Amino acid sequence: MPLNAYLTLAALVFAIGLFGVLTRRNAVGILLGIELMLNAVNINLVAFARFAGDLGGIIFTLFTIAITVAEVAVGLAIVIVIFRVRRTVEADHLDLLRG
Amino acid sequence: MTAETVAFAGVAVVLLGSSLAVVLTPNLFHAVLYLAVALVSTGAVFLLLDAPFLFGVQLLLYAGGVVTIVVFAIMLTERLVGQTIRSASRYVVNGAVISAAVFVGIVGFLVQAPPGGARPALAGDLTIALGRALVGPFALVLELLGVLLVIALVGALYFARSEA
Repeated sequence: MPLNAYLTLAALVFAIGLFGVLTRRNAVGILLGIELMLNAVNINLVAFARFAGDLGGIIFTLFTIAITVAEVAVGLAIVIVIFRVRRTVEADHLDLLRG
Repeated sequence: MTAETVAFAGVAVVLLGSSLAVVLTPNLFHAVLYLAVALVSTGAVFLLLDAPFLFGVQLLLYAGGVVTIVVFAIMLTERLVGQTIRSASRYVVNGAVISAAVFVGIVGFLVQAPPGGARPALAGDLTIALGRALVGPFALVLELLGVLLVIALVGALYFARSEA
């Protein structure tokens, strides 16, 4: 398969993830959409690395995977704390910082 | 149709279908299960791109770790309320328009780009080269990643601690 096939697939997954981030009400659902978008980026990185014959993209993907897992752990901890305090995980209700 | 084309088409269909299910299922718990399918099929894409080590990392960290954490979070936030979380969507039309516009923008760039050549032949075992690079030129970055993970763990502990 040519490089463009992989990039188009990644673009589709990225757009689907963005749709999830924009339309989900639940904070956990928004995090799931962000996961999809990060995955699409990883596909791009590995595809470019493979077709350019360069190891850098694959190493970068290793680091993004590890950082994403850390990000999810902290993000969900924040969601649980918010739930404890506010009794809701709906993103629309969390407008404490609105001026 | 070569075997690679068939494999790519199959993986792409599973990946796109499960991704759509993640953002469209009303039940959040089902969405996480579909996310696991999407993550595993992303790992299959890595396999198609001759990166079996990344496939293993993807399975262990993403499909194993992230899905478990999210399931925990859903169980916790659901239990306290005592009712199933329904994640109804809002702004569906606006979200679809914006996502489609982003996709068209990316594909616009892809169409204009000059067609790349075929993939070069593999120069030796990729996993061995990966290991050498991680303890060679990228050793410092690897250490920084360890520091980041410790900070993330401490941060998560700080958030999760009881107030007493």
